[in-house]
Amino acid sequence: MNETLDGVFHYYQTAISLRSYRQEVLASNIANADTPGYKARDFDFGSALNTALKQPLASMNAQSGNVSGGLAMTQTGHLPANPALSLSDAGHLPGNPVLDPVGHAMAQASAKLQYRIPSQDSADGNTVDMDVERTQFANNAIHYEANLTLLTGRIKDLIAATTS
Amino acid sequence: MALSSIFDVAGTALTAQSKRLNVVASNLANADSASTSADTAYHAKQVIFQTLNLGSSADKGVKVSAVVDDPSPMHTVYEPNHPLANAEGYVTYPNVNPVEEMVNMISASRSYQNEVDVMNTTKSLLQKTLTLGQ
Repeated sequence: MNETLDGVFHYYQTAISLRSYRQEVLASNIANADTPGYKARDFDFGSALNTALKQPLASMNAQSGNVSGGLAMTQTGHLPANPALSLSDAGHLPGNPVLDPVGHAMAQASAKLQYRIPSQDSADGNTVDMDVERTQFANNAIHYEANLTLLTGRIKDLIAATTS
Repeated sequence: MALSSIFDVAGTALTAQSKRLNVVASNLANADSASTSADTAYHAKQVIFQTLNLGSSADKGVKVSAVVDDPSPMHTVYEPNHPLANAEGYVTYPNVNPVEEMVNMISASRSYQNEVDVMNTTKSLLQKTLTLGQ
């Protein structure tokens, strides 16, 4: 296990963020099952995860400044409210914890939303197929839970390694 | 929080579906409300659903943009002895189609249940997230 703590969590954090983003998209589809003209949307989880994992950790943390919208630093002597230390060296670890808004922004940036191709057209232009949406919703929920279970296992491994 | 915004999405849908159910209830309740002319008679109501943008691009809720009167013609029945009969002996009944309303009611109720399921799933996911690492 010769990887950084950040590296260990990065994969699971990215996957969980994308799963929760997909859960949102699917919930929107289910909510609009009766809205005329609504087009059901989804994204390819595999390619979104690949895209997100190719983004380096540092660039994700740079985004967090825009997302969380902290106080402006008017004096050079001011310490930032959330400790976003500048990464002057490639070896520096980002000091800013990756919080959920960042994960959400990352998910939005890497997940390409696409319209679902309806298997049965409806007269009102709505393309939500409840069978598909409910199946995908349950599937995504199970995957989300599986990610949590795996991450918990990983955390337990790390705790065992540090306490024994 | 990303997952908790699902509650907002599902919440808007619950509100919209309950309005639809309310309109169905009004229509069925007034299915036999007699009247002298088409102007004074009860008109069947229909809700218009519209997508509601919430915060992020993923979150699309739903809202009832308008409650409109059904444009279909009124039912006129020849009942000369009815106290509300007009000069020609016709009584006007609302353009409520009970079969359509029942179908609408079942559809609204199913959609409502779907939203409750969505909320329950989301709630259990959030609870599991809170116990992460334990």
